[in-house]
Amino acid sequence: MAPPSYSRGLRGLSLLTVGVITLALALVFFYAPLDANQGFIQKIFYLHVPLAIVSLCGFVLGGILAAIFLRTGDRRWDMRSYCAIHMSLILSVGGLVTGSIWAKASWGHWWVWQEPTLVSYLIVILLFATYQPLRFSIEDPERQARYAAVFACTAAVFVPMNFAMVRLATAYVHPRVLNLEGGNLPGPMKLTFYISLLGIALLFATLMKFEMTAKEARMQTRRLRRSLLGDDAVTPLKRSAAPV
Amino acid sequence: MRTALVILRKDLRLELRSLETVPAMVMFSVIVFVMFHFGLNTITVKGQEAAGIFTATLLIAALLGINRLFVAEREQGGFDAFLLAPVDRTALFVAKATALYLYLTLLEVIAVPAFKLFLLGPSLGGSLPGVIAVLALANLGIVAIGTLVSAIAIQTRARDLIGPLIGLPLQIPSLIGTARALGPLFAGHPASAPPGKWVAVLALYDVVFALLAYAVFDFLLED
Repeated sequence: MAPPSYSRGLRGLSLLTVGVITLALALVFFYAPLDANQGFIQKIFYLHVPLAIVSLCGFVLGGILAAIFLRTGDRRWDMRSYCAIHMSLILSVGGLVTGSIWAKASWGHWWVWQEPTLVSYLIVILLFATYQPLRFSIEDPERQARYAAVFACTAAVFVPMNFAMVRLATAYVHPRVLNLEGGNLPGPMKLTFYISLLGIALLFATLMKFEMTAKEARMQTRRLRRSLLGDDAVTPLKRSAAPV
Repeated sequence: MRTALVILRKDLRLELRSLETVPAMVMFSVIVFVMFHFGLNTITVKGQEAAGIFTATLLIAALLGINRLFVAEREQGGFDAFLLAPVDRTALFVAKATALYLYLTLLEVIAVPAFKLFLLGPSLGGSLPGVIAVLALANLGIVAIGTLVSAIAIQTRARDLIGPLIGLPLQIPSLIGTARALGPLFAGHPASAPPGKWVAVLALYDVVFALLAYAVFDFLLED
């Protein structure tokens, strides 16, 4: 059976991502009204909040994929879980930086401890930042995959738990965008926000797919070299945090 | 269950003869109290500040025990022997978690009076039962996460590094709950009870992570 090809549909997905992000940016700058209190700086919200939401969902997704790996023992799920967490980490740093800029602009400080969403976000990032060092410090690839998956499951459960705890602990000043009543955004802003969210989610999907494609291609190349040129033609894998 | 008891007895006997873990944790926590005294340049602390100092010290002292929890198994082939035996793997988790719980309790039996002696201003009198209840709950969370983290870290190359690195962020919710529940108890009001909200939150954290650790622990032993 041929391995699943991650490259299928990658071009279409990339084009769609470019299209949606372009549309989102156009909406942000030309359609969404200026915020009455914060003015132009409020527009960073259309980047910051989607980055934060998508990266947190990506972390949880990584945990779910890791749980599937633990259940099935199929190393491909470990690779998917790794890619999801890797990409989420990158997006989450973006989310933290944009959040900090927004905090400076609207509250006057780069860092605001009274802000539970920001603080719990930081804790989650600190936790997931240990994912790669953990992987790197286990040499046996099979054990590395298993231990990383156990960690990813635990950390994924930790995400909602941590948000609940930190929110309880502080009086919040963050504007609630996605609450059960559908938020308090006016229509044009809401539309812009959802398009931006979709754009960032597609960006995440594209990048993750791209990473999985690259890893798959690398694996296939090694397999082909080995079968055509013999074992000597393949350089042994270096110690690595990545599954492949 | 019987397997867990056997392993627990082995661990406790080992600890009793070598005295490696608990005395180290106790001395460490006392040293940290002294450090806080000089660092804060204060004679006494109270309220939320005292609760924060105490809880942070407790967590960091617990790390010492967590780091050493599986060392004997790793270095003297206990893992292999355990895997060869026809017993339930979860027994190892239960035994290690119980041992860590006992270590933490012993640590607190000494650390709480030491804290009162060195740093805490208000008298503990009436709130002592509350403190004991909160610490009993807090230990449960530290133990659930700690045993899991210890089992992960023991197989890595830099285990002294990886353990705290993974463990401390995971313990932050537990730190929040414990510190906030202890705050009013260290404030010096006579016979105050711990705030119900934080006790409930702490209990929820304990239950979630105890179940989770119990569920995923087996995967760490498959070799």
